[in-house]
Amino acid sequence: MEEKVIFEKVLEILKPYVREAEDLKTATKETDILNDLKVNSSRLVDIILAIEDEFDIEVSDDEADEVQTIGDAVSLITGKI
Amino acid sequence: MNHRRVVVTGLGIIAPNAHGIQDFEKALRDGKSGIRFLPHLEKLRFGCRVGGIPENLDQISEEYFPADILHVLNESMRYAGIAALDAWTDAGLHIPLPDDDRVNWDSGAIVGTGIGGADTLGVIIPKVNEGRTRRLGSAVVEQTMSSSVSARLSGLLALGNQVTTNSSACSTGTEAVIMGYERIREGKADKMLCGGAEGSSPYIWAGFDAMRVLNTGKNEAPEQASRPMSATAGGFIPGAGAGILLLESLDSAQQRGARIYGEILGGAVNSGGQRNGGSMSAPNSEGVQRCIRAALHHAGIGSEDVDVINGHLTATMADPLELANWAAALERTPSDLPYIHSTKSLVGHCLGAAGGVECVASLLEVHKGFIHGSINCEDLHEKIQPYEKRVVHHTIEKDFKTLIKASFGFGDVNSCVVFQKYEG
Repeated sequence: MEEKVIFEKVLEILKPYVREAEDLKTATKETDILNDLKVNSSRLVDIILAIEDEFDIEVSDDEADEVQTIGDAVSLITGKI
Repeated sequence: MNHRRVVVTGLGIIAPNAHGIQDFEKALRDGKSGIRFLPHLEKLRFGCRVGGIPENLDQISEEYFPADILHVLNESMRYAGIAALDAWTDAGLHIPLPDDDRVNWDSGAIVGTGIGGADTLGVIIPKVNEGRTRRLGSAVVEQTMSSSVSARLSGLLALGNQVTTNSSACSTGTEAVIMGYERIREGKADKMLCGGAEGSSPYIWAGFDAMRVLNTGKNEAPEQASRPMSATAGGFIPGAGAGILLLESLDSAQQRGARIYGEILGGAVNSGGQRNGGSMSAPNSEGVQRCIRAALHHAGIGSEDVDVINGHLTATMADPLELANWAAALERTPSDLPYIHSTKSLVGHCLGAAGGVECVASLLEVHKGFIHGSINCEDLHEKIQPYEKRVVHHTIEKDFKTLIKASFGFGDVNSCVVFQKYEG
């Protein structure tokens, strides 16, 4: 799967959790999920579950803790599929 | 200590027969029932297959909550949020933006629920039993904690005063109003959102169906199913929704020129101790009468000052006893009891939300000068027939001064509050 496709899918997964959907339009791999998109930190659990379902992968708690930016999520997924 | 006067300046309602106070007032005046046939209860083989569920919840919710909040709200939390936001704006107050860091330190919320997050529990219990706890997601705690219906309000409205949930079964909503009233009266808060919320989950209603306390005889005629005071009552009809009042100190209301629906003169809560006929599910009449008399005493009025009773009146065998208790507590004969009516005839029994929903109805009646008709009691119970002339069958336009509202609940708990038209 192309990295660009994974990136777009991650944006779609993030959509229900961001405070302003508009912010996703200008998001890049460097965009910080908690600070830039103002996602409630407790929702990271739900985002990881959604990533597991979408890409049919398993993400450990330690791996999930490393995800801060959209790029981190994309790299994690790329390494597992 | 000088106690402060407390008034109601905002009302919020999402009920089985209407959302919003304008539509709710019309529904009350028109005697519009919110009880409908519910196919999912038939599928689940409930005895009672009708109930009162607010309509268009998904559509309404999208108008009230941003997407990142909406998807973590269960049904009862949505009802509470909608009614609270409505009460807040109805009072002329502004909803703060999420990135505005100012906190309303003098405003709080006491919003109760009876059975709360049962719908969420119904979804998670099978997952836990299957060893899939890791898959529950992050929202379970906030949806199942008893305070779920109040906790979210803090963030939505930047409330910095007490934010809590009370729970006293079907007395909950009225008790919350009295608790908020006391807090403002004592000077601990200026504004309190008070009332109750309850979801419509079959997991909430199943226990009542199992107890055989729901009316199973009107599944084919839903609008006739909720029959308080009727000879053919047959049990209550479950309902859902939320009713929330914005209570405010008179000083605060006057300072900002707020519209005042009515004044809370006083209130009382007690328990009958489950003695003398009282039990987990039945009231000790002495407890009920003491609660009513205490509310009057606290309000500083006599029983002769009461114009209207908005009863608990659920459509069970307790209705005749309730009438007798009102007459005894108010020292009235059946023929000169204040006007009496039941909002549950229109919306069913909204359990933990009932007191909130019915207090909203009561304040509208006090403010607008009407008493809504209590439907489905053309055939009054024989023990209620002596009160015939005081039972309001059809809506009366009447400018009156004082309404007394009571709610009673499992556990033999009682609450009673006195509302009066504000005349300066």
